[in-house]
Amino acid sequence: MSDLQELYQSVILDHNRKPRNFGPLDEASGTAEGKNPLCGDQVEVAVKLDGDVLSAVKFTGSGCAISKASASLMTTAVTGKSRAEVEALFDKFHALVTGRAAEADITKEALGQLIVFSSVSRFPIRVKCASLAWHTLRAALEDGGADAPVSTE
Amino acid sequence: MTATPVLDALGADSSLASLAPRADFPLLAAQPALHYLDSAATSQKPQVVLDALTNFYTTANANPHRGAYALAAAATDAYAGARETVARFLGAKDADTLVFTRGTTEAMNLVANAWGAAHVREGDEIVITALEHHANFVPWQQLAKRTGAHLRIVELTADQRIDLDHLAALLTPRTRVVAITHVSNAVGSITPVAEVVRLVRETSPAIIVLDGAQGAPHLPVAFDTLGVDFYAFSGHKLLGPMGIGGVLGTRARWLECQPWQFGGDMIEWVNDHDSTWNVLPHRFEAGTPNAADAVGLAAAVRYLEALDMRAVREHELALLRSAHEKLAGLDGLTIYGPPPEQRSGVLSFTLADVHPHDLATILDQHGVCIRAGHHCAQPLMRRLGTSATARASFYVYSDASDVDALVHALVEAQRIFASVAD
Ligand SMILES: Cc1ncc(COP(=O)(O)O)c(C=O)c1O
Repeated sequence: MSDLQELYQSVILDHNRKPRNFGPLDEASGTAEGKNPLCGDQVEVAVKLDGDVLSAVKFTGSGCAISKASASLMTTAVTGKSRAEVEALFDKFHALVTGRAAEADITKEALGQLIVFSSVSRFPIRVKCASLAWHTLRAALEDGGADAPVSTE
Repeated sequence: MTATPVLDALGADSSLASLAPRADFPLLAAQPALHYLDSAATSQKPQVVLDALTNFYTTANANPHRGAYALAAAATDAYAGARETVARFLGAKDADTLVFTRGTTEAMNLVANAWGAAHVREGDEIVITALEHHANFVPWQQLAKRTGAHLRIVELTADQRIDLDHLAALLTPRTRVVAITHVSNAVGSITPVAEVVRLVRETSPAIIVLDGAQGAPHLPVAFDTLGVDFYAFSGHKLLGPMGIGGVLGTRARWLECQPWQFGGDMIEWVNDHDSTWNVLPHRFEAGTPNAADAVGLAAAVRYLEALDMRAVREHELALLRSAHEKLAGLDGLTIYGPPPEQRSGVLSFTLADVHPHDLATILDQHGVCIRAGHHCAQPLMRRLGTSATARASFYVYSDASDVDALVHALVEAQRIFASVAD
């Protein structure tokens, strides 16, 4: 597979075209907006917490295929997880897209479907696209009220 | 028989050669497979420009205007000579009306501060357009905020030209500044300057400030006959080094300006509690000037003069027409801006289902460098109803192979994105 075919593999293209958990979330306990000023990607993530467990996550916004697919796959990966588990998964995802997965001993199993983003590390300019939704999710989890928007710059 | 106009002869011919030899540009010569289509962001540099820089540092380097020795005089002469050359290139007889800056951004901030802050009052009006680069938008927006003046924004026609009727409607006797781009960096629209000048002079005492960042590199410019008050440009977009550009102004307007940066070179005499100012152009060039890059810029404009700016324009138009013809067959392609004849060599577009950022990555893998994003023109993007477009831009070293590579890579992008079924 070429680098391009790997970056735009079918799972990513599919989530780009048919994003999961896309739309507003009723009775959200926290929301946050994230922007990538360089290219205009913009995402809003809304979360519902059940005690410590993330019982629902949805997102809206617009952006490139990588940012949209990342937001979509993120929602499927984190739903039902505790805050600590979400945080740990974020760390693994971040290591993956910045090319540090091997050195951090992160296994394929630990990443689940998120492994489809492994080739992002070979496109350093696109790391921000892939991580925007995750940064925004973390802000939404922290959200107590009206926070300043998250920016990747 | 009359000679066939160059354009008709070239048509959309796919054998369209570059106007300047690629071999003159070391970066392009070293990367034959590279299709650099981002010259609107910055141009590549010919060897003569790099040589001029080296030559200045190896034969004439000293602080201009300061030392009383022959080497310092050589530096001063080189800097003054560069000013003469660049002023001549832009059609200004009086070289002292050319003030060097870091580029267009600094030039606009200079005019907004040096002229604007001295003459714009609460209740006055500043007119800009929805087409502007942030460099010709934010300085005026902020001047309006500081002074209590009203910012008026000229809207665009459906094909992203400045709506001259709207401009006419916004002009009043209170209009102090009309700041307009000569050529849009985001979509390429060329402003009909004569028409704008006529409208403004008819109804208001406003100064006219042109953003020539995309004008000077791509069109012949004759400042003395344009009829505008200030004309700003960036050297790095016209084959020159980064960090040098300037602004031409009429002598009368320069004399209405207050100094905006203070320090060495710009003063005549410094007393304990007061100072007097040096003459034009030094009054607006505080500190050690960027003489080396000015000399590099002079080499760049001499290179362009040898190519002839009319030929540069025709070359870009031929490429643009050829690109239009070849792209016409692509499904879901939207090209922004007016028809090629009213645009500089800028092709701004979107492709349905493929975000511009993804396009840029895919094209990059095919050696095609394009820009994806808002092009520092967020007000325009809002009006287009998009957050980003893809932009390919041509220059003197572009040729048919660049257009073909662009088209080929776009088809490939479409194929990749079409590969998932609904
Ligand atoms: C139309 C226009 N105006 C202003 C600028 C700012 O020029 P610079 O960044 O060289 O100061 C640019 C280039 O980015 C431009 O294209």
